[in-house]
Amino acid sequence: MREIAYEEIVKNVRDIIIYSASNLPQDALKAMKEAYENEKSPVSKEVLKQLLDNADIASSEARPLCQDTGLAVFFIKLGADVKVVGGLLKDAINEGTEKGYIEGYLRASTCHPFSRANNKDTVGYNLPAIIHLDIVEGDKIEIEYAAKGGGSENVSRARVFPPAAGKQGVIDYVKECISDAGPNPCPPLTVGVGIGGTFEKAAISSKHALFRDIGSKNEDPEMAELEHEIKTELNKLGIGTMGMGGTETVLAVHIEANPCHIASLPVSVNVQCHSSRHTHITI
Amino acid sequence: MSKTYHLTTPLDDEITSKLHSGDIVYISGTIYTARDAAHKRLVDLLDEGKELPFDIKGAIIYFVGPTPPKPGDPIGSAGPTTSYRMDSYSPRLIAEGLKGMIGKGKRNEAVTDACQKHKAIYFGATGGAGALLGKKIESAEVIAYEELGPEAIRKLEVVDFPVTVINDTYGKDLYKIGRSQYEVK
Repeated sequence: MREIAYEEIVKNVRDIIIYSASNLPQDALKAMKEAYENEKSPVSKEVLKQLLDNADIASSEARPLCQDTGLAVFFIKLGADVKVVGGLLKDAINEGTEKGYIEGYLRASTCHPFSRANNKDTVGYNLPAIIHLDIVEGDKIEIEYAAKGGGSENVSRARVFPPAAGKQGVIDYVKECISDAGPNPCPPLTVGVGIGGTFEKAAISSKHALFRDIGSKNEDPEMAELEHEIKTELNKLGIGTMGMGGTETVLAVHIEANPCHIASLPVSVNVQCHSSRHTHITI
Repeated sequence: MSKTYHLTTPLDDEITSKLHSGDIVYISGTIYTARDAAHKRLVDLLDEGKELPFDIKGAIIYFVGPTPPKPGDPIGSAGPTTSYRMDSYSPRLIAEGLKGMIGKGKRNEAVTDACQKHKAIYFGATGGAGALLGKKIESAEVIAYEELGPEAIRKLEVVDFPVTVINDTYGKDLYKIGRSQYEVK
């Protein structure tokens, strides 16, 4: 049994939150540069240039890429041979989150759903973090983190189709979602599609799909082909960067598929804006 | 053909009538920040017949909730937030003399109609370009609702703040025009 100190987790979480806020990961930068090269609309190209400049300024001056520094979302793989000492894993992640947001001068964006109040007495400084936990073999803790902004999250959808809807039903649903969203979620986008499982499994899978390196393919060739097909269809919508019109609306479509009930075909679409702040570390 | 303008606030009908969807505009001068909660309070004040915390005649409101400034900086990152959440309040403020709004994303018909009727403009700023746009802001002062934190009303002094005209005073919408040019049916 390997022991990992509570404080070590707090420090790691704090550090990745502050780093991610101002450093766009390499996969996202590469995808944005490719979009800039391929974009046919001069207006969208100009806006993409602004976004690449923004990424430069953010990392060189350690300023947040976007004022919406998101809610902290974690997918944690906890090794069965790990014992967290000095406190609970969940508390360590929340403490690291609060420290990261305060010490990194990041925006607190949580509030009560109705009163909209945001203070220490109710929910804390960007707390609680959204944590998805999985127990796996081994003696390590893998932390996948993303700062998830509200603009792109607001256009996400989930629906359970009858099985007859099939592949075409999935394609049409994603198209409808992105078409209706238009400029609002800050394209160019990464689109996470959760297929199968149950209602909530599809939704969590669509979120987890956004954590994959942008442009990496699904391991299942059938799903990889579907990712390519949906991406092509979405780029025909003409939305372009920030909705100004253009050919590069979507950087990537990532599918995460699960077996499902014989009566159901759950589908969820979770949208990530161009500022795809995601980090993966192992302790 | 899109034109480029350098404008200084406040705006008037003569200025806003010159602008067309797709034009690039660099704004200098004073602009005010307000988002969801602050908009509700402004409209409540009008309903109660009270004065607004700033002169809205010819003013521009920027829909933004900036990050906290680092020591020595006037403001943190400050890109636009999604505008449709302000749709239920904007027509009222436009009728009171508001001439410009800066945000991102689609507006509803009530807003675009009000822009036409009262000669106001909806400008789009680049969403997510918070670091770059924050640098165009030379000073920031909270003038109302400090308790709202990032949603408080701030008076900003900006220099060459880059925006694009989305909805002009003639009923045109850049999101529709731009998309129709590149859509493959």
